[in-house]
Amino acid sequence: MTAKVETHDLKFWYGKVQALKGITLRVGTGEQLTIMGPTGSGKTTFLRCLNRLNDLVPGTTREGQVLIDGQDAYRAGADPDALRRRVGMVFALPIPLPMSIFDNVAYGPRLHGVRGRHLAETVERSLRSAALWDEVKDRLGDSAFSLSGGQQQRLSIARVLAVEPEIILMDEPCSGLDPISTLRVEETVEQLRGRYTIIFVTHNPQQAARLGGRVAFFYLGELVECAPAAQMFTRPRDRRTEDYISGRFG
Amino acid sequence: MKGTWRRDVILLSRRRDRIMVGVLTGSAVLAVGVLVIIVGYVLWQGLPVLTPTFLLEAPEKMGRAGGIFPTIVGTVVLTAGAVLVAAPLGVATAIYLAEYAHQGRTVALIRFGTESLAGIPSIIFGVFGFLFFVIYLDMGWSILSGALTLAGMILPTIIRTAEEAMLAVPREYREVSYSLGGSRWQTITRVVLPNALPGILTGIMLGVGRSVGETAAVIFTAGASLRVPHSLFDPVRTMSVHFYLLAREGISMRNAYGTAAVLVLSVLAVNFVAYYLMHRHLARLRGAGR
Amino acid sequence: MKGWEWLIRRVLVVMAFSSLSLLALIALFIFAGGVPILAEVGVEQFLLGTRWAPTRGHYGILPMIAGSLWVTGGALVLGVPIALACAIYLSEIASEPVGRLIKPALELLAGIPSVVYGFLGLVILVPLIRVLLGGPGFSVLAASCVLAVMILPTVTSVSYDALRAVPATYREGSLALGATRWQTIRMSVLPAARSGILAGIILGMGRAIGETMAVIMVAGNATLIPVSPLDPVRTLTSNIALELGYAAGKHREALFATGVVLFLIIMGLNLVAEAVAGRGRSR
Repeated sequence: MTAKVETHDLKFWYGKVQALKGITLRVGTGEQLTIMGPTGSGKTTFLRCLNRLNDLVPGTTREGQVLIDGQDAYRAGADPDALRRRVGMVFALPIPLPMSIFDNVAYGPRLHGVRGRHLAETVERSLRSAALWDEVKDRLGDSAFSLSGGQQQRLSIARVLAVEPEIILMDEPCSGLDPISTLRVEETVEQLRGRYTIIFVTHNPQQAARLGGRVAFFYLGELVECAPAAQMFTRPRDRRTEDYISGRFG
Repeated sequence: MKGTWRRDVILLSRRRDRIMVGVLTGSAVLAVGVLVIIVGYVLWQGLPVLTPTFLLEAPEKMGRAGGIFPTIVGTVVLTAGAVLVAAPLGVATAIYLAEYAHQGRTVALIRFGTESLAGIPSIIFGVFGFLFFVIYLDMGWSILSGALTLAGMILPTIIRTAEEAMLAVPREYREVSYSLGGSRWQTITRVVLPNALPGILTGIMLGVGRSVGETAAVIFTAGASLRVPHSLFDPVRTMSVHFYLLAREGISMRNAYGTAAVLVLSVLAVNFVAYYLMHRHLARLRGAGR
Repeated sequence: MKGWEWLIRRVLVVMAFSSLSLLALIALFIFAGGVPILAEVGVEQFLLGTRWAPTRGHYGILPMIAGSLWVTGGALVLGVPIALACAIYLSEIASEPVGRLIKPALELLAGIPSVVYGFLGLVILVPLIRVLLGGPGFSVLAASCVLAVMILPTVTSVSYDALRAVPATYREGSLALGATRWQTIRMSVLPAARSGILAGIILGMGRAIGETMAVIMVAGNATLIPVSPLDPVRTLTSNIALELGYAAGKHREALFATGVVLFLIIMGLNLVAEAVAGRGRSR
């Protein structure tokens, strides 16, 4: 399997507080990796390094490498806007932009110059892929705030799909949702598997187990271990992993 | 013994509390009362003067008789000119401060300039406009000189309000836009500005209010001609200047009250619009943020 | 695309420097206008001379400096207590709907043109003072009263913001110890908001010193150092506005020099306000 995303000894600081303490990780093309860990373990920071969203936070420093398709994302002259177009992100809480459902999904394509019929097709395809089309096809002009929380989060996924990224980062996308909506989002992720390289962050071991694939356990800014879900949840190698998945902390 | 002493203290402090709350409430009532008296008195004296002819006719005998039409034109033209110059500069400054630079020497310098400018008295703007636009640039007493002077005066207000409006746009909206590959300028024009627009308009309306009411900065730059202007280089007299001259030189108290009523009504209208925009804006952002 | 973004950023920086450039330009022209006469008459003679008769070669502005100080001091004495009381009332006592009624009213007070304030002072306050207290009516007192009303919204709104910024825990802690509302305000809320309130007062002071038209209409404008609140008075701002219309030559330069003095006073106040507010932020 070729590496789609690779980090080498990635370190990150907010001011003087170190959030990542040297993460080395490989994610293959089309793979779905789950990053699991308690709050403050550096999961979100790690994701935001991959699409360079942390560039926008003042007072931060980064060391180490991020390779996307073998190319250094932080090399001199690299264009973060172009990178972010290839590396989509779904945030922890659904963040509909204050505009219509259609305009939310069309936001990304419009940025990149898509217009007219092609735009409408892109919006429909993306909403279908996010399993939202049937619920909203008759009210695309309504405000995105009129959707339920779970629908808003699937709208966020559709919005990411509309820019046709290669990699999708999902930062605890179910943390604000009820169990049924959570299930719907997980099904959506299931359907996207294979077509995209997905990195899914969760603090919930059960969710990590449900999603399957490889699981990486982060703790206090370190990568404790990384293994297929079946192995990690039956035979964890590290004591901390065992404590976490058995619910002793976190 | 000690117990009774303590109860005295508590009773005393309770009574003092009631008195002080009364005093504080009284002060607020006093402040609002002053406003009601001012607006009420001006309208009571001035409204009877307001007839269509007063608004639409030219003054006669230096304002002793006739209407105030040219001064309405003067006010509108000067205010519009000031806003046309100050709004782009002010919004651009606010964009730079809110979206590009957050700290550092450049920002400190720009903030120093803005804050200081906000404190400069209008008569200093008047003297400066007179020295620079009227004499040095040889624009004479004209709409151009007056509008440019006013633009400088309302610039800090527009900058401050616009910056606040942009900072009130949730950071998450920007992150969504960036995460979809949006550039900084795309994010500003498609997410930040549309959501900050009502707040920006509020700042502009406040600037309009100040321009309409200004006298000292205008009288030495735009002149006091009672003719309807035909070009940007013609002098004009604004309502405020007209009112000042009528009242101070005792030309016509009746027409002074009439002009004052028009002034107060326009300022009321402008403030009302500004207030309405601000509230709708805040309500919308709150609704969005859930 | 990248070049476009770069260009926009440059343009914005240039536009963002407009306020600083304007400030520099104002300083430059006012100083260029006023410094020659200051050099000729001598700074000391200009600032401390008590006789202002520019057509006869006397350029002393001490009466106007004293006038500005009198009038501003009076405005602060009359206006600040009421403004502070309003701010405390709004932030600590008023219920939400009452506050929502009073705040816009105060903003409206700030929006009323200064000539209107001056005019009402002229037709109401001046005759009132003349009848009740004697003298010409045009006086320090009349000007101070008008200015007190004019600075009320500024001082109130800045103090209000400072009071609102005091964390709720300060109040809860004090109330939980059995303190009354007033004790809580006086011992725990006011001290915490001190620097913000001070900044508001300094801002109001700047407003009062800088106000022109309203003062001209009620102050009497005599170029004498006032000894009683009922004496007529001329401020630095009035001096410029009253005579700039017809002055020429050195007389005009002397008015620009008055502007220089006013500009320096205001910039000094700005710096003090900045320092006070900065200290408040860092705490």
